[in-house]
Amino acid sequence: DTSLAEVNSFSPSVPISPSSMTNQYKFEDGPELRDLFITVDDPESHITAIETFITYRVVTKTTRSEFDSSEYEVRRRYQDFLWLKSKLEEAHPTLIIPPLPEKFIMKGMVERFSDEFIETRRKALHKFLNRIADHPTLTFNEDFKIFLTAQAWELSSHKKQGPGLLSRMGQTVRAVASSVRGAVKNRPEMFTEMNNYMEMFSQKINLLDKIAHRIYKEEREYFNEMKEYGPIHTLWSASEEELAESLKGIASCIDRCCRATERRMAGLSEHLLPILHEYVLYTEILVGVLKRRDQIQGELDSKVDALANKKTEKDLFSEEIGKLEDKVERANNALKADWDRWKQNMQWDMRSTFTNVAENNLRYYEE
Amino acid sequence: MEDCLAKKMEITVSEAEKRTGRNAMNIQETYTAYLIETRAVESQSEGQCGPVESLWRRYSEFELLRNYLSVTYPHIVVPPLPEKRADFVWHKLSADNMDPDFVERRRIGLENFLLRVASHPVLCQDKIFYAFLMQEGGWKELVNETGFQLKADSRLKALNATFRVKNPDKRFTELKHYSDELQSVISHLLRVRARVADRLYGVYKVHGNYGRVFSEWSAIEKEMGDGLQSAGHHMDVYAASIDDILEEEEHYADQLKEYLFYAEALRAVCRKHELMQYDLEMAAQDLTSKKQQCEELATGTVRTFSLKGMTSKLFGQETAEQREAKIKVLEEQIQEGEEQLKSKNLEGRDFVKSAWADIERFKEQKNHDLKEALISYAVMQISMCKKGIQVWTNAKECFSKM
Repeated sequence: DTSLAEVNSFSPSVPISPSSMTNQYKFEDGPELRDLFITVDDPESHITAIETFITYRVVTKTTRSEFDSSEYEVRRRYQDFLWLKSKLEEAHPTLIIPPLPEKFIMKGMVERFSDEFIETRRKALHKFLNRIADHPTLTFNEDFKIFLTAQAWELSSHKKQGPGLLSRMGQTVRAVASSVRGAVKNRPEMFTEMNNYMEMFSQKINLLDKIAHRIYKEEREYFNEMKEYGPIHTLWSASEEELAESLKGIASCIDRCCRATERRMAGLSEHLLPILHEYVLYTEILVGVLKRRDQIQGELDSKVDALANKKTEKDLFSEEIGKLEDKVERANNALKADWDRWKQNMQWDMRSTFTNVAENNLRYYEE
Repeated sequence: MEDCLAKKMEITVSEAEKRTGRNAMNIQETYTAYLIETRAVESQSEGQCGPVESLWRRYSEFELLRNYLSVTYPHIVVPPLPEKRADFVWHKLSADNMDPDFVERRRIGLENFLLRVASHPVLCQDKIFYAFLMQEGGWKELVNETGFQLKADSRLKALNATFRVKNPDKRFTELKHYSDELQSVISHLLRVRARVADRLYGVYKVHGNYGRVFSEWSAIEKEMGDGLQSAGHHMDVYAASIDDILEEEEHYADQLKEYLFYAEALRAVCRKHELMQYDLEMAAQDLTSKKQQCEELATGTVRTFSLKGMTSKLFGQETAEQREAKIKVLEEQIQEGEEQLKSKNLEGRDFVKSAWADIERFKEQKNHDLKEALISYAVMQISMCKKGIQVWTNAKECFSKM
């Protein structure tokens, strides 16, 4: 599969072409039906009196009719992505919104603006937008469209509308409080299973993430020692006559092994590590989604309980309850569908990632 | 190869056994004894072998044998013994002398030593060596009776010679440099190899964790479960494979180590030559000064300042008879000295000739052995990669079924 091989060896500084992206992501429909292509690249640092921050270029190409133009180029900073994510969560509380890269990295000595950190973040932001684009519901979200197309000042003014951050936070706090009470006892079996699954999955994926990082570290140390190993043979060949050729041969082989090791490490850090990390973040998101579903159900349940106690005002309540039941049902269905979709994606991702690792290793050994 | 012992006799060090006993200071100690088995082989007829003879020896006896050989045949590059203590270990390997893996590798090393001696055209004919193989009791006394320890040159004398020799033989000086370089490069190589082995071990073993987590994860998955489970199994296989790979590599390291120690033996021959040269120069110098003294006394001229000259000036000349007597003594000494010098020169030339012959033999052996060792190392690496390919091909298949 030559196109896949090309993708595996692309250099991150080159903007990703839409055609190579098609090989990386799975679609609900076939690739021919994809009509929204997004790239995130070209990080640029901006220094003002108050702060320093990075913006990324977001390029969108589309054939959709609801977009005024077929191509857009805007610059966005991390804050903007955060805004988009919270708007999506607000609009679709029981849909699985893809994860954003973290604000800071706790472990390691990566400073905020190191090249490595910026590149990792850029790749993750790119993934984030594309996952949204692939989602059958989220892709048509209005805020998403604005995010992709609005100029900086337009976006700022749009952001200012709608409930502020504080009020939204207030909502969540209240919601959490209420959900702790009733939700669990009336929770449909299916969602309890999901909760249990997420607990286990979260454990395992965290472990895998740690293991993968550890392997990367060991490979790096192996590489460092190997770098010294080859030249010794060259040095030795200088004092020998008959053996000189053989020794030089071994030295050059060791050097080739070194380069192969480097490629193997690059493969890990480009494919396996980011995906595992994304799914670690996903587990948090999924736990959140399940909680929100519980909250919505909790609202319904508490109203039902209230109804059982108050015989009067039945009609009013019934209507409310009716609405809530609808809400719960919609939420549940949305979640279920999204869950299935997520799991399929996860499966596909894991399969392709680990297969990729295997292929890399094969290539390494063949070299 | 000429008629050497190795062709007439099968020699093996077949077993190693832990023993306890009392040493020279009557303190109880534990040591390992090695079983040497020998069997005469008729070179002509197949299948006609003599009975197997065997005896036990411990490492210190091997050391004694080697010391004897080094002193008795200073012009020969004497094969080295395997290391006394485990060196260049990487973390998994034990540095304990009693560790069974170390003992096993030492057993092989000792057998190799005996075979090398037995295939050496000169060394194999030595009676003490033969006795080492055949005579269990009283061998130590036999060795000590040869008085070889007296012939051993002191280290200090050798060091002295290194710095004071006026006309060193260029070839030997080059050889000495070579042996220094060889020693330094091989020990550097072994050290880095040990570190590389350590790291490689780490990479492989961490993959074993994959196996465990995959297996646990597969329990909660429906469609992915089987693929994960079998992939996990392959990860376990991968992690386990490193043990055999590195064990084989130890054998390669041992081959290099032998030549690391051989470099020492090579240097010993060079040092012996330096010593002989130094001896020669000293003897020649001594002779020249005696001749000068003689001339002075005979002619009565004092060419060089001497205490004798001063005292005679102060206390009066010696009588003619005294002078005659002195001259006579000196003439005798000069005669002796000249003969000594002649024999030393002869000795020196013989030494250079036979040493150089053995050095050539050694060079050929070294080139042959090291080339083979390098080839086998490359083969090992290829086999390691083939195993890797197999495991990851299987894993890939499992992953694709997830």
